[in-house]
Amino acid sequence: MFKKTLLAGALGAAMLTAALPQTALAENTLRMAYDADPVSLDIHEQLSGGILQLSHMAFDPLVRWTKDFEFEPRLATEWEQVDDTTMRISLREGVTFHSGNPFTAEDVAWTVERLKRSPDFKAIFEPIETVNVVDEHTVEIISKRPNPLLLNMATYIFPMDSQFYSGETDGGKAKDEIVKNGNSYASRNISGTGPFQVTNRQQGVRVDFERFDDYWDSESPGNVDAITLTPIGENATRVAALLSGDVDFIAPVPPNDLERIESDEDTNLVTMSGTRIILFHMNQERVEAFQDPRVRQAFNYAINQEGIADRLMKGFATPAAQFSPEGYSGHNPDLEPRFDLDRAKELMAEAGYEDGFSVSMMAPNNRYVNDAKIAQAVAAMLARINVTVDLKTLPKAQYWGEYDDRAADMMMIGWHSDTEDSANFHQYLTECPDADSGGGQYNAGNYCNEELDQLMVDANLEVDLEKRGEMLRELEQGLYDDAAFIPLHWQNLAWASAANVDIEPVVNVMNFPYLGDLVINEE
Amino acid sequence: MIAFLIKRLFHALLVMFVISVIAFAIQDNLGDPIQQMVGQSVPESEREVLREELGLNDPFLVQYFRFAVNAAQFDFGYSYIYNEPTTEVVLRHLPATLELVFASTLLIIFLSVPIGVYSAIKPRAWLSRFFMGVSIIGISIPVFLTAIVLIQLFAIGVSFTPFPADTGWGAWLNGLLSTEGGMPAYGRGDPVHVFGTWTTNFASLEGLTYLVLPAISLASIMLPLFIRLIRAEMLEVMQSEYVKFARAKGISMRRIYFLHALKNTMLPVITVGGVQIGTLVAYTILTETVFQWPGMGLMFLDAIERSDIPLIVTYLMIVGLIFVITNTLVDLIYGLVNPTVKLTGKPA
Repeated sequence: MFKKTLLAGALGAAMLTAALPQTALAENTLRMAYDADPVSLDIHEQLSGGILQLSHMAFDPLVRWTKDFEFEPRLATEWEQVDDTTMRISLREGVTFHSGNPFTAEDVAWTVERLKRSPDFKAIFEPIETVNVVDEHTVEIISKRPNPLLLNMATYIFPMDSQFYSGETDGGKAKDEIVKNGNSYASRNISGTGPFQVTNRQQGVRVDFERFDDYWDSESPGNVDAITLTPIGENATRVAALLSGDVDFIAPVPPNDLERIESDEDTNLVTMSGTRIILFHMNQERVEAFQDPRVRQAFNYAINQEGIADRLMKGFATPAAQFSPEGYSGHNPDLEPRFDLDRAKELMAEAGYEDGFSVSMMAPNNRYVNDAKIAQAVAAMLARINVTVDLKTLPKAQYWGEYDDRAADMMMIGWHSDTEDSANFHQYLTECPDADSGGGQYNAGNYCNEELDQLMVDANLEVDLEKRGEMLRELEQGLYDDAAFIPLHWQNLAWASAANVDIEPVVNVMNFPYLGDLVINEE
Repeated sequence: MIAFLIKRLFHALLVMFVISVIAFAIQDNLGDPIQQMVGQSVPESEREVLREELGLNDPFLVQYFRFAVNAAQFDFGYSYIYNEPTTEVVLRHLPATLELVFASTLLIIFLSVPIGVYSAIKPRAWLSRFFMGVSIIGISIPVFLTAIVLIQLFAIGVSFTPFPADTGWGAWLNGLLSTEGGMPAYGRGDPVHVFGTWTTNFASLEGLTYLVLPAISLASIMLPLFIRLIRAEMLEVMQSEYVKFARAKGISMRRIYFLHALKNTMLPVITVGGVQIGTLVAYTILTETVFQWPGMGLMFLDAIERSDIPLIVTYLMIVGLIFVITNTLVDLIYGLVNPTVKLTGKPA
């Protein structure tokens, strides 16, 4: 199944007598298919799954997440909180970029400065004031205020080769400029410290990677010498390519094909509970009834999350009653989905709406797994408390424009916290909407609770992580009691590979497989 | 002749003008390109800056005028997703599509002519009935389904075991029903570079294996149509006076069928065929999506999904141009085959 260029004949025999390890003889090529390829080689151009997957292949972050949300040192070897706003980080020595330049503290400072200019990343890096270079392998990151999330941010700092990206191109343009729509130097040229070098790229067709010979992490078990990434947008084709042996690794795996792949003995399936919450907002500005917390609670009691997860999603989702998935500091284990139709009817009657009312609803039909079907199921469940739903589903390209206009009374959204932190959910989805600060940017419910907002602000200044977690759990409880929105589930993640490709250890809930550590076994 | 070509040139310009206006007019309904360019947590203020930069806030006429002036100088704008001039993007994807269409056309010609002629000469033979039956099924199955079935059968393989596999005859029958798979399920493999943006799958046997399944599924729409068309025309010609006369003169049947009758049969087939080649280009959207064939159709669908308006407009205009060119060629060929037709439509 894998291309193996075995050195034949006398040469092979000579090498065997020299007792070289077996792996030196065989070349492992991983052929993989994602649903899309990275839009650019500039990792600061867009904050998206595809770009982060590329970042973890061609670059290394300062620290990275382990499977259970711990930090694992990568280019940072040690870190220490000097005072409330200063963190001192020691950097790994003896690391070189693909271009051959050595990796130093300058590169970290340069990268953070560039992140603060990127339209997509600047919001995340706003709390950082500056990065001071202490010596060649030490930096101090200075925050504007106490910053409990600095290490979370550090997972996004993939030091770039500052020498390589400095200066001007032949056309007289700065090599470090970040251009969303245009041909910038950084979008075509790449130099990182990561396990793989990009050797060839045809956008929308394929990207070729080769293992970087001078990669610093010599302890990594990874034995993949080359990777070919092909985007295959069509679900059925992606699965067919794996089953027919044309590719060795695919993601995502469509839920309808999970069983088929599981039962195939030549393939390997890995699934795990994800962190993307799918939910409905109830717009209080458009519908007066939603201003009554009893009505919002009644809607929550009327929805059978477990039914949706079991039957509609075929178990490919974890029913949710809050934003934070398990493992996040704000995950409140006391909160359970509260499906209870009688209670829902009671609450509607109490609020004076036993005869129900009608609402409009919108959902995308190609953004999340089964999104349109989920919306139909929710509409059907609401009919049982006499609420008539006028549902409209749209392709994602059109949906988000409608979402920004708050075009329906109930709107679906899925959200993954960029910082893997609970406060992020509240900040974007349920904070009081404020156009100036950008708070509640996706709060299509127009829900507003200043007490909870204050709780989030306080939590974001609390450096004692124990205490901070408690505050975030209280925040989740507050949103739950208030029935600020209708949580549905966390979408699961799935990857599949050929049986001899051991993907289980390298995939994670963030969905950036650490392919540098991937092991392909001998068949 | 020259007058005819000049007239057609104006047609082409008019078609492209109309397409560009329509494409521009619907762009507001194609979604917000900014949404596709930035991450979910990017604040509205940043989006507004980008929108302004791209000129998306200008009124329709201003945007269209800017586009038209540039387009007159063959500058159709920059693709939002490829960050390149749209013409370059389309030209890079064009060869893959043309090769696919070419392969399908070959399949159609070399299958439909013999089958059509045969079923016209021997309308009552069981083989003719079989072809007619299959062609009905062929017309009614959507390309998408044909493609997926082909992948399942010949790329993944299926094994049916309705018969006892431990007996010799059972294993043999099972083997007959099952398929091995092994054909490539997606993409073009490693096509051989010819020149410029043109890489070809026709240069090697391996390249051809990538072409087989997509070409068959693309041909599956047109093939039945042409078989039936050729059969019907041939049947009609066979009834005509001059064929009867030729038979009366004792000319060999073979000569009558393939020299006299077939020539006249092909006249309407050429007209329909020319138009259908354009349609075939349109159908590549489906085929290319299923097979991840890196041609214009796949590119176009991607552009729609990501609201890449400049690329959408350029694609539509180029496909419009292809239609006009193929129609012109058909008219020219028709003139050659049938000298009684006057191109300019004026009495001679």
